[in-house]
Formats: sequence, structure tokens, C-alpha cells
Amino acid sequence: MIEQTTKDASTFVSQVDGAFVFIFGISILFLVGITAFMVYYILKYRKSKNAEATHIEGSNTLEIIWTVIPTILVLSMFYYGWSGWKSQTEIPDDAIPIKTIARMWSFTFQYENGLITDTLYVPKDQAVKLDLVALDVLHSLYIPAFRVKQDMVPGKKTDIWFESEKEGEYEIFCAEYCGLRHSYMTSTVKVIPLIDFEKMTQIDSTALVNNNTVVDARQAGISVTRKYGCNACHTADGSKLVGPSYKNILGRSRVVIQDDEEIEVIADEDYIRRSIYEPNIEVVKGYEKGLMLSYKDQVTEEEFMQLMDYFKYLSGQ
Amino acid sequence: MSEHKHKSFREENGSYKGVFAWIFSTDHKRIGLLYLYAIVSFFLIGVLLGALMKLELMAPGKTVIDPATYNAIFTLHGVIMIFLVVVPGLPAVFGNFLLPIMIGAKDVAFPKLNLLSWWIYVFGAIIALSSLFMGGGPPDTGWTFYAPYAFKTNTNMLPAVLGAFILGFSSILTGINFIVTIHRLRAPGMTWFKMPLFPWTLYGTGWIQILATPIVGITLLMIVGERVLNIGFFDPALGGDPILYQHLFWIYSHPAVYIMILPAMGAISEIIPTFANKSIFGYKAIVISTLAIAFVGYFVWGHHMFTSGMSGTALYTFSLLTFLVAIPSAIKVFNWVGTLHKASIQLETPFFWAASFLFVFMIGGLSGLALGALATNVHLHDTAFVVAHFHFIVFGGVGFAFMGAIHYWFPKIWGRMYNSKLATSGWIIFFIGFCTLYLPMFFLGVTGMPRRYYDYVEKFHGPNIVSTIGSWVLILGLIIIIYNLIRSAYKGEKADKNPWGGRTLEWTVDSPPTLENFDEIPVVNRSPYDYRKNLES
Ligand code: HEC
Ligand code: HEM
Ligand SMILES: [Cu+2]
Ligand SMILES: [Cu+2]
Repeated sequence: MIEQTTKDASTFVSQVDGAFVFIFGISILFLVGITAFMVYYILKYRKSKNAEATHIEGSNTLEIIWTVIPTILVLSMFYYGWSGWKSQTEIPDDAIPIKTIARMWSFTFQYENGLITDTLYVPKDQAVKLDLVALDVLHSLYIPAFRVKQDMVPGKKTDIWFESEKEGEYEIFCAEYCGLRHSYMTSTVKVIPLIDFEKMTQIDSTALVNNNTVVDARQAGISVTRKYGCNACHTADGSKLVGPSYKNILGRSRVVIQDDEEIEVIADEDYIRRSIYEPNIEVVKGYEKGLMLSYKDQVTEEEFMQLMDYFKYLSGQ
Repeated sequence: MSEHKHKSFREENGSYKGVFAWIFSTDHKRIGLLYLYAIVSFFLIGVLLGALMKLELMAPGKTVIDPATYNAIFTLHGVIMIFLVVVPGLPAVFGNFLLPIMIGAKDVAFPKLNLLSWWIYVFGAIIALSSLFMGGGPPDTGWTFYAPYAFKTNTNMLPAVLGAFILGFSSILTGINFIVTIHRLRAPGMTWFKMPLFPWTLYGTGWIQILATPIVGITLLMIVGERVLNIGFFDPALGGDPILYQHLFWIYSHPAVYIMILPAMGAISEIIPTFANKSIFGYKAIVISTLAIAFVGYFVWGHHMFTSGMSGTALYTFSLLTFLVAIPSAIKVFNWVGTLHKASIQLETPFFWAASFLFVFMIGGLSGLALGALATNVHLHDTAFVVAHFHFIVFGGVGFAFMGAIHYWFPKIWGRMYNSKLATSGWIIFFIGFCTLYLPMFFLGVTGMPRRYYDYVEKFHGPNIVSTIGSWVLILGLIIIIYNLIRSAYKGEKADKNPWGGRTLEWTVDSPPTLENFDEIPVVNRSPYDYRKNLES
């Protein structure tokens, strides 16, 4: 269940919302006040009520008053905004680092022990620092409930930190436009007790990956595609998304374009391996080159075999 | 001889026939109308695209179009609305038509250059639009063309920026023309502080156009260098920095926002005193705040990039400057409302547009405060809140001022009156539609819905339905307004020189004006907004 935003979702919420209340409060006050004046004048001084206007060219006193008051107000808004934001830049030394990788169109999270998940797990009452890396284009990690957002820029490291005070699940959105499936580039952050988090990220990661009831080989393959966000571009039901479906992927012949030449290949294990580790050498005809990035150094040999089992199942083998 | 003199500019064809008498005319009034027809056509296309997006967003999941089409549509919508509609907008249409008349001149300083700017505009529009279709895929980068996505996809980046540059060139030429016209051609006696406020805002805008547009040229050169010579400026794959692109983009595009809004403020400053029958309150304060906005507006571009990963110092400097630029805008609002005090207000359609302009402009401006403050910006950036904010400023500000202006100067331009009841009902429907369309987006943004979203989670559903219904109401209002104006241009009652009792010089000439505007150049010896009875004529 996704939580609605609450005050203690993260330690930033109360400060940021304080700035919101201050700024929106004054804004609404001004909007209502000035509109009321305007409507009152229009009713009172309309031609049928007031046939003759009084000649007034202005008033220096008023000009000064309505320059000084807004100046004070906006400066105090600036201050509120600045002070509420400053703490977001001061990363505590004991913050637990989690490497966050964005690519079209998925987030993956990697913990200190190498464990990789597609859902972000963070401990309660403990500062966490996300090291943000974008592999292809700009993305932006946005957790509305925590009031944090940071662009992820290819070729440049950015980071962000927060500390959640309440267990629960919160939405993650990609806020920077990143192409076709931008609006589907979402994830969830799960705030869990510190002990559970430590259990998860400190023991040997391989034991943990599939700890939630691995039913069969198929299940393991599905977990791998989820973990690396393959399903942002591929389906298992035969329908075309950005890339071809995995359904009946093996044994079928297909036309690929290599060095501007069309070649026919039959998909076998080697072909799949090349498709995952060097996807832009042979590009399936009718699909765009450059969208799928290499998963070299990410998908392990063991995971690759699990994928193969899954593909075999989907191809009726 | 005198017979000839009193032919209106609409009948004075010169040596050409038919459309050529228009598209080759150097008469500033005809050029203004050429811009009007081009801009309104683009605007209507943009509105249709906007309405299609709203229809898609009415429900989660696919409603009418697929994501690729949606992304293409918001890109086209943005490019058309910004570069082809609001940037040329009021200066090109009403500036051209009215600036010379308002300062007592027969034409702008360089009439041929003026015609050339229109041609360049049309040429740039064709390049910009066709570029979107020249690449392999649909244009789907958003009007901001951010690197590296815009370089990676099949869309054609180079011609798009080339188009923006050519359009910018057209703006520069118009800007230079207006500045020189204002410096050189004011009627005898019209000192700077006896000049009406609309020309003043055109003056400020002119400078921004001249100073900001070359940045587009520089960006273009860098993109050429990167694409053709492989020098890495923006593309991280070549060792470039995508943030640098954002800086360059906003150094131009932020001042461009002021190119849009200043003349809108100018038009409102003309309409309010005329219908209040009263001198504008704080003329000098309005002039000074115009210049202050034009100047400070130059240094706030970074507020589009608070979450991009800029340094902390840059962040709060830009935040502070953003708040400073809010002050002159607030001063203007106070002066406009102050003008209504002890006035004698004629409740006519242009006045309704002006009053509702104040309302929507305030919402746009005040919502900008939450975007200018760092803590709140981080939450709101790139959400529907921003979309609501800039539609309130750009569409609410520029759009409402444009509507006010066209209803205000309609009798001058076409020499006929429109049906005032129909015009007022068009306004109220449009106004209600506008608020229903955009107010829910503030709410969506605060609750976390990102922008450029084809699909969304269920909790955002309700406000999106309301917003979509708003778009239908708005379009209904628009149809009524346009029907009324087109019909009245042909069939309306004949209007006399000064139907509203305005005091600026355009109300002393014929409706529609003659080719040379004035039989005799007027001599000006009073402030432009002096409504005292004993000064009659
Ligand atoms: C950004 C979108 C995207 C992501 C994410 C993605 N792919 Fe792909 N994939 C494509 C595209 C586009 C193609 C077709 C073009 C090509 O061959 O490179 C493709 C092709 C393939 C092929 C060859 C298909 C065939 O029918 O020949 C395989 C296998 C594949 N991907 C597996 C994966 C796996 C496994 C993952 C996750 C680890 C993944 N992809 C992630 C876009 C993506
Ligand atoms: C009926 C009128 C209009 C409707 C229904 C409408 C609707 C929309 C919608 C739904 C979006 C997409 C927001 C998102 O992706 O999250 C949008 C974006 C935009 N609109 Fe409008 N709009 C209208 C008029 C205007 C006008 C008059 C202007 C300019 C003056 C304008 C300028 C823009 C710009 C610049 C964008 C951003 C495009 C981008 O993100 O690349 N719109 N509009
Ligand atoms: Cu993304
Ligand atoms: Cu995105």
C-alpha cells in the first residue's frame, strides 16, 4: 500500500511544508485581498454610480509602501526557502550509501554488499545517501512524500540524502522527461526497520536475491528482468513495446542490421548473450538502435542462465 | 487630393494587387495584421494540440492516443506556442500596428526592414516546424530540446535550433526597428515621460530581443561544432556537459518570457485608464518597474535548474534574484488596481479582459514565489504545478492581454464595432474554462504528479477530469469570441474615431487609419492619460 504523504515520511517534510504554508499563505492572502479591492472598486466606481472620475496621478507615499512591504515579504520567503533547503545539501557522515542507476526507463538500486533491487529499501531513522548515476539521458529521482528531487545527469555524479521516520511504501517518479516511457519510469521506496535492512544488505547478497520463494527457474528469470528494468522495453506476452517481446524468442529466425547490412540470424544462446552484452552491434530490424544499453558488468553469468531458462520456457522449449 | 488622403490603409493597395498588396506592403499596419493572421492560425493549431493532450489525460491508461503521439504533441504544442505565438505575440501584432500611431509617427523608422522581419518570421516558422518532421521519428524532445536526449533520438536538433535562431533574428530586427522608431520619431513635444506605456514596454522588450537572441546563435554554433566536428560541448558521450546546454537554453529563453509579458503589461496599462476614465496611477513607477523587469529578468535563468546539480552558491543567488524580479511586477499590479480608486468605470469587454488579466496574472505571479524558493522548488520542479504556473503567466498573462487588446483596438483596426454582449459572454465562458483547466494542475503538482506525463497513477485521476472539462469550456468561449470578431469585421456597425473615450494619439486618427496615419503630425503637450474634462481636445 502506498502511503499518502505524512509529516514524518522524511525529516525534510516539516521544514519544506513550513515554507509551503508560509508562501502559499501570504500568496493567498494577497490574491484574495487585491481581488477584493478590485471588485469593490469596480462595483463602487462603475460609471452608473460614479459619473465623474477624480483626477489622481499617483502617490509617492503609496509607491514606497507597496515597494517596501513586498520586498520584506519576498526576502523572508527567500529565507524560508533557503533555510528549508540547506539541510538537504548537508549530507550526514554516517549516511548509508546506495548506488542508484537510472536508464530508460527504470531505476535500480545497489547496496553496499552488491545486492541489486528495483525497489528502493531504506532503513527507518537512519540517513541514507543515494549516489545518482544516469546511463543514457537525463532522468530525475523524485520522491514526493519525502519532498526530495534530484536530476540524474549522464557523465556527472549527483547525490541526494534523506532520513525517513516512518515505515511504509512511497512512490518514486522520474521527473525529468526521458523519452517514450517517461511516465512509466516509476518505482517504490520501502522504509523498513534498520535490523531488517542490515540483514538484507550485510549478509552475502547471492543468498538473498531470490529469497522470496523461488518457485522455479521461470521465477528466477522474471526476477532478473524486473531487477534490471528490462520490462520497461520488453514484454513476455508477444506484444511489441520498445523492443521485441521475449515470447518465442528462441529458435526463431529474425533479420538484424549489422554495419548497415541486413543479416538473417536464428536466435540461440550466443545470440541472446550478444543481445544483452552488446545490444547495438546487431540491431533487430524495425527497432531503434541505441535504446538498449549494454548490461556488461551488471547481469552476471548466473543471472544470464536464469534468463535463458525463462526464455526457453517462453519459447516452449 | 484630400479625397485620396482619407482612404483607409485597407483600401490603399499601392502598386500590387490582391494578397500581394499585403505580403509586399511596408505599411506597419498591414504588417501588424499579417502577423496577426499568422499568429492566430498557429495559436489555433496549438490549442487543438493542447486539447488533445487534455483528452488523453482525462483517464489513466490509454484514452485516445499512444505515448509516442502524446510526446510528439506536447513538443509541437510547446514549440508553436512559445516560438511562433507568444514571443512575437503582442509586439509583432499590436506593436507594429499601433506604435507609430501612438507616438505620432507615419510609420516605423525602417519600413522595409519591418516587412523583411515578417518574411523571416514565416521562413523561420517553416524551418522550425519542418525540422520536427525531418528526422526519422516523431519529434518528441519537448520544446526545451534538452541534451543529451534531443541528440540521441532521431529528431533533428540542428534545424530546430536553426529555426529558433531565424525566428530570433526576426525578433532582433523588430526590436531594433522599434527602438530607433521610439528614439527618432516621437511627435514634437512627446518627451520620454509623455510617451504612453505600451510604447514604453515595447522599448524594454526591444532591448531584450537584441541582447538575448545572439545567445541562440552561439548555441547553434556550438551544436554545429559538436555534431559536425565532434567537439564535446553538451553530449556526455563526447565529454560534454548537458548542464551547459541548459544554461544556454535558459539564458535566452528566460528573457524571452519577458519579451512576452512586458508588452502584455503595456497593453493592460492602456486599457485600464481608458475604461476607468482616469489617469493611470503612478505612471513613472510603472515605467521604472518595466525597465527593472527587463534588466533583472536577465539574471534569473538559473531558477529553471535548481535540481539540475548546480553549485549551492549559484542556487541561492538565482533564488534571491528571482524574488527581486517579483517586486516590480507587484508594483505594477498595485498601480493598476490603484487606478480604479475613485474612477468612473465603463464596464465594457476590454475592461473585463483587463480585470481578469489582473486576477490570472496574480495567480501566475504568486505561484511563481513557491517556485522561486529553494525548499519548495525542489518539490514542485518538473511537476504539473509548473505547467499550471506558466500557463497562468503566459496564457493568462499574454493571452488575456492579447484578448483585451484585440477587443480594445478592434474598432481602430477594422473601423467597426463588435457585438458587445456576445463578446462579454465569450469572455466569461473563456475565463471560467481557463480557471477550471489550470487550477487543478496546481493541486496535481503539489501532490506530486510530474509533468510531460502520458499516464498517471489513480490518485491523480479526479483533478485531471476537472481539468479536461475545463479545456472544453475554454474552447467554447474561444469559438464564440472568434466568431464574433470575424463576423463584426465584416458586418459590425461602423465605429467612429474614439468609441471608448481614449486619450492616446491613436484615438485621434480615423478608424481605420489612413495610410500615413496623420494628416498633420500632432504636437503633444500633455501626459498621455489626462482625462480631465477641461482639457477636452
Ligand atoms: C531502453 C529499452 C530497453 C531495455 C531497458 C532493455 N532492452 Fe532489450 N532491446 C531493446 C531494443 C530496442 C531491442 C531491439 C534492438 C536491438 O536489437 O538492439 C532490444 C533487443 C533485445 C534482445 C534481442 C531480441 C530479439 O528478438 O532479437 C534481447 C534478448 C533483449 N533485448 C534482452 C533484454 C534484457 C534481458 C534486458 C534487461 C536486462 C533488456 N533487453 C533491456 C530495448 C531495451
Ligand atoms: C486550450 C489551451 C491549452 C491547453 C489545453 C494546453 C494544455 C497543455 C498541456 C496538457 C501541456 C502538457 C503538460 C505536461 O506535459 O505535463 C501543455 C504544455 C505546454 N503548453 Fe499548453 N495548453 C494550452 C495553451 C497554451 C498556450 C496559449 C501556451 C503559450 C502561450 C502554451 C504553452 C505550453 C508550453 C510551453 C508547454 C510545455 C511543452 C513542453 O513541456 O515541452 N499552452 N499545455
Ligand atoms: Cu527517466
Ligand atoms: Cu523521465
